[in-house]
Amino acid sequence: MDVAVRDDMLDVRLAGRCTIDQAESLAARLGGVHPARSSVARIDLSAVTALDTAGAWVLFRFIHRLEGICARVDLAGEAPAQAALLQRMRPVLNERKPLARPAIWPIRAMVERVGRAVFTFLDSARSLISFFGLVTTVVVRTLTRPDRVRFISLLSHVERIGLDAMPIVGLLSFLIGVVLAFQGADQLRAYGAEIFTINLLGVSVLRELGVLLTAIMVAGRSGSAFTAEIGTMKVNEEVDALMTLGLDPVEVLVLPRLAAMMIALPLLVFFADMMALLGGAAMSILVLEISLEQFIVQFREAITDRMFWVGIAKAPVFAILIAMVGCYEGLRVEGSAESVGRLTTKAVVESIFLVIVADAAFSVFFSYIGV
Amino acid sequence: MAEAKPIICVRGLVTRFGTQTVHDHLDLDVRRGEILALVGGSGTGKSVLLRTMIGLKRPDGGRVEIFGRDLWSGDAHDRRAIGARWGVLFQNGALFSSLTVAQNIRVPFKEHAKLPPKLVGDLIRVKISMVGLTQEAGAKYPSELSGGMRKRAALARALALDPEILFLDEPTAGLDPIAAAAFDSLIRDLQRSLNLTVVLVTHDLDTLAAIADRIAVLVDRRIILGTMDSLLAEQDPWIREYFHGPRGRAAVLAHRAAQA
Repeated sequence: MDVAVRDDMLDVRLAGRCTIDQAESLAARLGGVHPARSSVARIDLSAVTALDTAGAWVLFRFIHRLEGICARVDLAGEAPAQAALLQRMRPVLNERKPLARPAIWPIRAMVERVGRAVFTFLDSARSLISFFGLVTTVVVRTLTRPDRVRFISLLSHVERIGLDAMPIVGLLSFLIGVVLAFQGADQLRAYGAEIFTINLLGVSVLRELGVLLTAIMVAGRSGSAFTAEIGTMKVNEEVDALMTLGLDPVEVLVLPRLAAMMIALPLLVFFADMMALLGGAAMSILVLEISLEQFIVQFREAITDRMFWVGIAKAPVFAILIAMVGCYEGLRVEGSAESVGRLTTKAVVESIFLVIVADAAFSVFFSYIGV
Repeated sequence: MAEAKPIICVRGLVTRFGTQTVHDHLDLDVRRGEILALVGGSGTGKSVLLRTMIGLKRPDGGRVEIFGRDLWSGDAHDRRAIGARWGVLFQNGALFSSLTVAQNIRVPFKEHAKLPPKLVGDLIRVKISMVGLTQEAGAKYPSELSGGMRKRAALARALALDPEILFLDEPTAGLDPIAAAAFDSLIRDLQRSLNLTVVLVTHDLDTLAAIADRIAVLVDRRIILGTMDSLLAEQDPWIREYFHGPRGRAAVLAHRAAQA
């Protein structure tokens, strides 16, 4: 760059590349040019080899500044494309809206967020309840027309929820049994009551842990799959297509999943109970140094049939919660694939939350009726 | 300087999906400063060819040279550096949905350029204005924009670093005819004032007629290259069907009328 100042003449010759990598230094050098008031400026671009948007913007701002000071600003030696590019910069100056939304005062933003969260929570609780109602009416309607039950779909869901989950549910339950027996024996040894490890194991697995852990795993595994499957169908407008074909999405998509979940979850819970007891028995035999016969004798003394049924009885209720929340969030998907991911996460969190709340309610209820 | 080295040079490209060969020793040169359109029937591998040129797919055989360098001979770092010299407009814009338009345009600046934030802010305004959006659009999220505006915003991001090559995948798909025509002339204008090389995949015969300097037709796993006029004389049955069908004729007539 070459700058010459004579009396009332400013002569700027630019040379080389005026591009994005040079933009900063070009801006700095042009910023250092201060012509005398009402002089005549001449900017020569004939030696410029490359001009891009960044260079043009810096140059345009310089020209604009000179226009405010000098009597005249002449451009010389510019190629037609360069002149056109410089012209494209002009509208940017006239319109300067902020690029980001105005920031909100942090405390106000926090209060707003809390308020919004409360209302969203109440809103989704209400619409979840009305979804329960909707599904119930469809269930009742379908019970009067059993030929409308989709058996193939139902069986395939039972397979995916139940059979396919057996390895992971079985392994985890076995390990929980092992851990429980080991920790129980360790603590109870201080009182010389190691043998009650078996009572601890039996009661906690059959009444609480078997069903709770299975429900949580199934919520993460199958509840999320419900949301993702139905949500993807919503994004692809498949659900709309179903409706235009005269099919009820609740009947076609929700009912088979709900029924399959209610069949598969109790069976899975039974399997999980057995695996946890097996793990617990193996560990008890090892750390308590007793025989299998002794384990069985102590176990039969500690455990009643009722404890087993109390655990299993919760499974259908948890199944309804998981299936309902999974399907409900899936049907709430709107527009983009992004919302599928968001609502899938939400479905898992909500269904686990509801399962644990329901479990607590069961505890209160069972202690009230004295089971 | 008339026959300078091509800016993109594809040689002997082979693409296979399983047993199916999509490109069989395909050659293609793109000259600096031209608008080259890729056309072909469904499943002829237009988009795959585009993805291969921008390095998203590794060719099963042959070479892709861009700026005189083999795309796959260097390491990942070299390929990243090339990323600052081209811009890509994906079919649905592919704007990052968690960022506003302005933040989307800021991404390439952050990645490849070290500039003071104020200058970057100014340049973002310049880009937004260049693609014909209002400044208010800068603070909006992609989900708050219409399809046409989203394409323009994505174009602004593709143009952020003043690339030498602009790749466009079906730029006018999903736009109404008026918006599509406006987008065509926008690309033409920008190509002239920024001296861009543009490679575009399109189904839109009006786009072809309006802005393409040369047309590359994918037929029989190879490329037949020509201008609108030379391809009209081509004997290949698919090309005849394409340019002499009712839609092709209408576009050619409009093109001729515009030239006259």
